[in-house]
Amino acid sequence: MHQLTLAEIARALADKQFSSAELTGSLLSRIEQLDPQLNSFITVTADQALEQAKAADARRAAGESGALLGAPIAHKDLFCTQGVLTSCGSKILTGFKAPYDATVVEKLKAAGTVTLGKLNMDEFAMGSANESSHYGPVKNPWDTSRVPGGSSGGSAAAVAARLLPAATGTDTGGSIRQPAALTNLTGIKPTYGRVSRWGMIAYASSLDQGGPLARTAEDCALLLGAMAGFDPKDSTSVDQPVDDYLAALTQPLAGLRIGLPKEYFGAGLDARIGENVMAVVDELKKLGATVRDISLPNMQHAIPAYYVIAPAEASSNLSRFDGVRFGYRCENPKDLQDLYKRSREEGFGAEVKRRIMVGTYALSAGYYDAYYLKAQKIRRLIKNDFVAAFKDVDVILGPTTPNLAWKLGEKNADPVSAYLEDIYTITANLAGIPGLSMPAGFVDGLPVGVQLLGNYFQEGRLLNVAHQYQQVSDWHKQAPSGF
Amino acid sequence: MQWETVIGLEIHAQLSTQSKIFSASATTFGAEPNTQASLVDLGMPGTLPVLNAEAVRMACQFGLAIDADIAERNVFARKNYFYPDLPKGYQTSQMDHPIVGKGFLDITLEDGTVKRIGITRAHLEEDAGKSLHEDFQGMSGIDLNRAGTPLLEIVSEPDIRSAKEAVAYVKAIHALVRYLGICDGNMAEGSLRCDCNVSVRPKGQAEFGTRAEIKNVNSFRFIEKAINHEVQRQIELIEDGGKVVQETRLYDPNKDQTRSMRSKEEANDYRYFPCPDLLPVVIEQSFLDELRNQLPELPPQKRERFESQYALSTYDASVLSASRELADYFEVVAKTCGDAKLAANWVMGELSSLLNKDNLEIDQSPVSAEQLGGMILRIKDNTISGKIAKMVFEALAAGEGATADEVIDKKGLKQVTDSGAIEAMLDEVLAANAEQVEQYRASDEAKRGKMFGFFVGQAMKASKGKANPGQVNELLKKKLEG
Amino acid sequence: MALERTEVEKIAHLARLGLSEGELPHTTATLNSILGLIDSMQAVDTDGIEPLAHPLETTQRLRADAVTEANQREAYQAIAPAVESGLYLVPKVIE
Repeated sequence: MHQLTLAEIARALADKQFSSAELTGSLLSRIEQLDPQLNSFITVTADQALEQAKAADARRAAGESGALLGAPIAHKDLFCTQGVLTSCGSKILTGFKAPYDATVVEKLKAAGTVTLGKLNMDEFAMGSANESSHYGPVKNPWDTSRVPGGSSGGSAAAVAARLLPAATGTDTGGSIRQPAALTNLTGIKPTYGRVSRWGMIAYASSLDQGGPLARTAEDCALLLGAMAGFDPKDSTSVDQPVDDYLAALTQPLAGLRIGLPKEYFGAGLDARIGENVMAVVDELKKLGATVRDISLPNMQHAIPAYYVIAPAEASSNLSRFDGVRFGYRCENPKDLQDLYKRSREEGFGAEVKRRIMVGTYALSAGYYDAYYLKAQKIRRLIKNDFVAAFKDVDVILGPTTPNLAWKLGEKNADPVSAYLEDIYTITANLAGIPGLSMPAGFVDGLPVGVQLLGNYFQEGRLLNVAHQYQQVSDWHKQAPSGF
Repeated sequence: MQWETVIGLEIHAQLSTQSKIFSASATTFGAEPNTQASLVDLGMPGTLPVLNAEAVRMACQFGLAIDADIAERNVFARKNYFYPDLPKGYQTSQMDHPIVGKGFLDITLEDGTVKRIGITRAHLEEDAGKSLHEDFQGMSGIDLNRAGTPLLEIVSEPDIRSAKEAVAYVKAIHALVRYLGICDGNMAEGSLRCDCNVSVRPKGQAEFGTRAEIKNVNSFRFIEKAINHEVQRQIELIEDGGKVVQETRLYDPNKDQTRSMRSKEEANDYRYFPCPDLLPVVIEQSFLDELRNQLPELPPQKRERFESQYALSTYDASVLSASRELADYFEVVAKTCGDAKLAANWVMGELSSLLNKDNLEIDQSPVSAEQLGGMILRIKDNTISGKIAKMVFEALAAGEGATADEVIDKKGLKQVTDSGAIEAMLDEVLAANAEQVEQYRASDEAKRGKMFGFFVGQAMKASKGKANPGQVNELLKKKLEG
Repeated sequence: MALERTEVEKIAHLARLGLSEGELPHTTATLNSILGLIDSMQAVDTDGIEPLAHPLETTQRLRADAVTEANQREAYQAIAPAVESGLYLVPKVIE
């Protein structure tokens, strides 16, 4: 049962091959048995999951149907889940049982999904390796001495290890796409504003987006269709109807115009990854796509711009964690300043504190123009590059990451070296366009991902290309040994 | 050394919307602590702001009323600092692109002259909660009911030159926001708060002196006292060889002095940046045009109209147009009795005293405008004298009759105007006071004046005040002449 | 643009992050390495370029002025570190 995709589960449940309760029970045992090797879960909500499964089975018996009815999933631990610990991988949210459900959680509940628990992540979504969590690092099921990527590392590891078929994640600089690439999954970051951020604890407000991680593009289409939609509680939510992502999957690729940015294939890229990417390009050509070289000239400035904008917004978003109304409070604060300083110093991890300080600095008097404003201008240049490129191509293709999954602890001494891993993914967040990563083979037994970027609200197109590729390849069907 | 005072005022007006500026919580004053604090107001993780349309409308109305530039787009910015009554650790306010730009307000000074005070800008922001310093085992208690209430911060140019001008300006803003119905102006409850920026400079000097800010002065009287005290303090400081420090001070009404605020001493770097959870707000010209059509007649126009339509003095017109309720009341009285001058006298005189005595607002007046107007009509048509009218007024206030006529009837206060009756009464009075009559006839002009008053008094007594005073005077004179 | 210790202390204070003497050198070094990464921005010509604050260039939606939130104090304060009489408690605030 654990090998089944969401789509297969939907058919099996409809055919009464097994019940949601049985499936849930089976996965919960699997999690108990195997997750200690991965540490992908922070909280397993076993009792609630079984209750939800039974309820879903009852709904089905009463005549309801729906592709997600009774489907087991889990949420990245920065989605608020009412009454359940929502930690963002941080000590500062110790004891924080969210007083409400995020819109994404509500929508997936309404669709009948069964929540198995909350998934581990880099603290406050800041990281590319899931090593910064207060709850310990997550291991990559393809090689448990290596990182699974981050910040949605728990989501990726759990799905890759077949502990569940799909999970929600969030992506601010690549945090869905990069772990998907490092764990042989398909993950999509939708257009900014496509998925509601209500209840999705903020890291960088103008960059954050929620999305699915799963083993196939079809499953991502299923999940994204239920996650997406206008939410009046989120001012940045876009009031536009959600496309039928499932219907879009089957469109043939004939006439698809693919752009390959020349800046992608430079010195920093592991050449073997480059080869895998070009092999995918060849396959897509066979399916009818045409390919041309394009240029994204401002791409190299994306990382510095991101590492100003994201920390700046985060430094402000994280000010509410002060030990006053919820979460961790230091013991015996001697005065108000001590309450703030010690609660935050003890509650936040090192990477979070670093980024808060960088952000504070970038916004401070005398530095705002040189840092924050400058970064916003570069952001405009990056967006302009994409707008120009999409005049001539439908999809931009390239590697998701410059390197394979690295060893745990390898980049701890130099945080900046981890930042550089985001080079391909970050531009999509800055511009707000959708991006998807899909499996593209292996190097040294480690997964490689190919990234597809699309124009605004072209999630359907990206899922379509991935799905068509997955009809003629089977990378995505491989499972890590031992899981 | 001749000194000049320079004052700029920042007024925070709590907009009287039903719900808060970024959340759908209630804004009513006086609720139990934290019973009007939603997830958004509490700054719970994952919550987001959505802007209240009414707050935007009210701010634009204000902008139109002060003839201000209203930009096509305005932007919300985060003002970052840590304080327990600020749950998110930042206040959502407006920095570079406020909703209302440059405007002005004309104020009437005590001597009747009109001065134009520039307004630099007005912007929308959210209010903070309240820290209660009652001792909770050595801790402070925080109530976040107020957090998120919409505020309009109105910033004046440093055009004000005295404490009295400052008070006149604040009163004018107070009247205006109440006129527009966008703020109840209740300073005691904190609906209208005033920060005063005060500096002094030698007369004739172009540069401004260093200013100090007196925060949160909550009554017209305290504004005047606080400014006067601060001006004195600064002048003395400079004359003693010291320098004014740019700082925030609090006015202590018990000691009548300002003191430095400890917690605000360190310069705060607020790190303003556009709030990424909110998008730029667009104000369409069509929206403004429609708002403009809906604006009520504002105090300056009303004052001018009162002067021309009712031939009132500038001073009287100012007093009567000070509040919308008072102006409306006056106009009903004037319409009912057809005599604006009398209406003005009665409203500013007897009615005003009555209200002040019992601490009542005009809309709580025990005498309605129709009642007062009806009473004045009876003065005009000689049914009652002015003196008797005072008794009628008091009776109406005490609820002794629904109309002036009812009171006059009930108490038999109708003026006696029948000359025959008056003559008969006077004859009796003179007969009863024959000695004084002789004395009167024997005295010269000067002495007669005083003695005449005696007879008038007797006549009034005899007629229980009901005899028409004019006729009494005339007939009495005749009879005394002999 | 390398930071001095005193600047790092100021930043930590603005962000209300406790920073011990012992941590200061390492924190300063790491921050400087990040700033080194960021400083490469200065070489980019951005004359005449408008800053992009939001990826989608849309405008703010307005909400009707209606009260739809009910009192949920009990539920919300159940997760608070310190409350009394419905108030959140903090060390005394001196003004």
